[in-house]
Amino acid sequence: MKRSTLFPYVVWMALFIIVPMVLVLYYAFTVPTESGATWSLENFARFFEPIYLRVLWRSLRLAVISTVICLVIGYPAAMVMSGNAFEQKHVILLLFVVPMWMNFLLRTYAWLTILERNGVINVVLNSLNLPSLNILYTEGAVVLGMVYNFLPFMVLPIYSVLSKIDRGVVEAAGDLGANAFQVFAKVIFPLSLPGVVSGVTMVFMPALTTFVISRLLGGGQFTLIGNLIEQQFLVVGDWGFGSSISVVMIVLILLSMAIMSFFEGEEKDVALW
Amino acid sequence: MVRFLKRSYIYLVFVFLYMPIAVLMVYSFNDSRSRGMWGGFTLRWYVELFQDRTIMSSLYSTLFIGVVSAIIATVIGTLAAIGIHNSRGIQKKLIMNVTYLPVLNPEIVTAISLMILFVFAKVRLGYLTLLLAHITFNIPYVILSVLPKLRQLNKHLYEAALDLGCTPARALWKVIIPEIMPGIITGLLLAFTLSIDDFVISFFTTGSGVSTLSITIYSMARRGINPKINALSTIMFTFVLLLLIIVNIRQAREQRKGRNGRNGQKSHFDSLRSRFSGA
Amino acid sequence: MDEIIVELKSVSKVYDETVALDGINLYIRKNEFVTLLGPSGCGKTTTLRLIGGFEQPTDGTILFEGRDVTDVPPYKRRVNTVFQRYALFSHLDVFENIAFGLRIKKYSEKVIKEKVGRMLEQVNLAGFEKRDVNSLSGGQQQRVAIARALVNEPEVLLLDEPLAALDLKLRKEMQHELKSMQKQLGITFVFVTHDQEEALSMSDTVVVMKDGRIQQIGTPVDIYNEPKNAFVADFIGESNIVDGIMRQDYVVDFGGATFDCVDFGFAKDEEVDVVIRPEDLVLIPAENAKLSGVVSSVNFLGVHYEMFVDADDGTSWLVHSTLMEPVGTRVGLGLEPMDIHIMKKVRP
Repeated sequence: MKRSTLFPYVVWMALFIIVPMVLVLYYAFTVPTESGATWSLENFARFFEPIYLRVLWRSLRLAVISTVICLVIGYPAAMVMSGNAFEQKHVILLLFVVPMWMNFLLRTYAWLTILERNGVINVVLNSLNLPSLNILYTEGAVVLGMVYNFLPFMVLPIYSVLSKIDRGVVEAAGDLGANAFQVFAKVIFPLSLPGVVSGVTMVFMPALTTFVISRLLGGGQFTLIGNLIEQQFLVVGDWGFGSSISVVMIVLILLSMAIMSFFEGEEKDVALW
Repeated sequence: MVRFLKRSYIYLVFVFLYMPIAVLMVYSFNDSRSRGMWGGFTLRWYVELFQDRTIMSSLYSTLFIGVVSAIIATVIGTLAAIGIHNSRGIQKKLIMNVTYLPVLNPEIVTAISLMILFVFAKVRLGYLTLLLAHITFNIPYVILSVLPKLRQLNKHLYEAALDLGCTPARALWKVIIPEIMPGIITGLLLAFTLSIDDFVISFFTTGSGVSTLSITIYSMARRGINPKINALSTIMFTFVLLLLIIVNIRQAREQRKGRNGRNGQKSHFDSLRSRFSGA
Repeated sequence: MDEIIVELKSVSKVYDETVALDGINLYIRKNEFVTLLGPSGCGKTTTLRLIGGFEQPTDGTILFEGRDVTDVPPYKRRVNTVFQRYALFSHLDVFENIAFGLRIKKYSEKVIKEKVGRMLEQVNLAGFEKRDVNSLSGGQQQRVAIARALVNEPEVLLLDEPLAALDLKLRKEMQHELKSMQKQLGITFVFVTHDQEEALSMSDTVVVMKDGRIQQIGTPVDIYNEPKNAFVADFIGESNIVDGIMRQDYVVDFGGATFDCVDFGFAKDEEVDVVIRPEDLVLIPAENAKLSGVVSSVNFLGVHYEMFVDADDGTSWLVHSTLMEPVGTRVGLGLEPMDIHIMKKVRP
């Protein structure tokens, strides 16, 4: 077959993927002068001011917390779904996917209704004569929003790896004298690692880069790295600094992907696709 | 007993996943501005929704950009997938890596990079830039939907067409395209859903006066709760649900043909991966 | 009958670094059933693809009825192909699959109906017109693939391991059918297989290939009885191949004894390969034999026994016989001069 069918795509890629990335790099590594621009690391130096390091630290911390919670909730869920607790497995799987198809903003917005001062939770609490809780616009709310939005990304890769494990392997382990816990610890869990790794990746990255969840559920008080970028481009107009933060973010993501693929070994494709 | 516990656990997770959506939907019929109280059943918010000029015009923009960007992305992406399928070695690796770039890149980075490009090239932000941006992030998903279909094809199919008298172009049109049609349609639907669902990239690449639904929702939600959004959510959720059911019936039919067993599952992943950019 | 239809002249094909074909010369006569036979990677499929036009040779020319077609694309060649695993169009039904080539050539609906109908009869698939090709059995898909190619009335039909995916019984049936179809239609068939039995039973001419070179071309009987070298002997049927030394014309040493043979023209004391078919070895009493040893294993294979005899000089001999001697028995191996095939050593 002809490879010339690639041509439109290659042109498109060059124009709208490569060139923009090059521009980001250009803005990140230059500072404007009267006569144009000059190469500089000034933008990156700024990022290491305490105020921005705090933002970075908060972003990493919240992303890690959310990922861990997703794993703790998601792994057992994936195990149950891949087992024989349900007759109609694919329906259960589908039910897991459906909420994901709801507009992301609406899903996040839905929590406003539940968490806000006059929201569902507080109405219920008040009717039980309990004091109201201030959940909205806290870090907890941000983490909740992340877990809610990204939980399926954890469950599905783990599910897919678990459901591909040969039952014979599990039975063989039992046959060789392993008890239920040992079967899990020594056979099932190691075999499911590629799924865990891709689940963790798929939760951690969007959690690290989001700016919508923190804006809506954190009420703008919990600036994350994503919010910082947004501000630089849409409010402050400092493209150089905004670009340099983006570059830092890409580096962080490449780093965590490298770490992940190190854990994942060679089976990368299996879990992701 | 264990089975009961296991099931209960899953049901509990489902409650967590569906409760917010259910609350949204219920409150869309609530005749009271204060969310906690139930003020009786009403369709008022739906009426107001359809009278709201901002929402309606952003709905049109969303649909227009969704349809047009999905079609263009499907054409470019399908041709690209065929080209990628037939290239080898470094060329293939390089193209695949660049293809993954928008998928793996944080959406916000893709968004600001496109914004820089458009401003740099002095393209006025608006419909055109939105469209270009949407096509750009849709193409990889079309490619990733079509490539597996190509891999499943008997590698001699194209040669068989030539053998029976087709010119290369004709073989492509009469044999390869029809054979991979299920993948192309999946890609088209995926691209459309991604487009109507996108917020981050639209947010950065649009200009004054042009707003998609997601952007409108965002600006309304920032100002607090608005029952019209609830009504909108209910409609959108129902719509997406219908779309998803159609896609799944299609896939079930495909599977019954017995051509590839894991197709359905795989596509959940493709779609999910795309959602992964949701933030 | 003797008219040459396809000719390959010193054709080579190199992929990246690997040499798939190394300057082969081959001609195919009209109405001939030619089989390209060899182990995987021998270049037989590459040869077929070059004739089909799916690839261009790195070197050399391909002639079709005397015309150079080396660079003519497949859709302009009067050749059709039955592909490995059939390559049926799964978006079309049986009728449309077969009609595909005719539609491309813009035949009228009436002619198409008639031709496809006739073809369906021929391959015993009448009544299957509207069936989804995926719902057919392997054998039926095979027939559709053959019909799809033959309906275009090609001068030459190329078949790339068409029976490899079928089970044994069906394969035998299809071998028969293909052979009779070829006779009846009078079309040249070029058939690729790695199955020597298939090659011997179907072909007029067998081309044995190895490592991109042709080893031997001949009728099945010639190839079996007069293999040109140890590779052919070993690949076609089973053989005992041992080292020997040609003492002089008609006299050879091997297995610790001197034998009369029918071969000549070797240098004095030249090292050679001695090839003896297992069915040519006869069990005789040890005391009467030049070659003797102990039976080391016996397998019953239905028609005959397969025995290994460890000779006294350390060589091991495969013997096919309808008579059996138990393991541990001392036996002699009798053989006639004409059953001893002497071959030049090709291996270093």
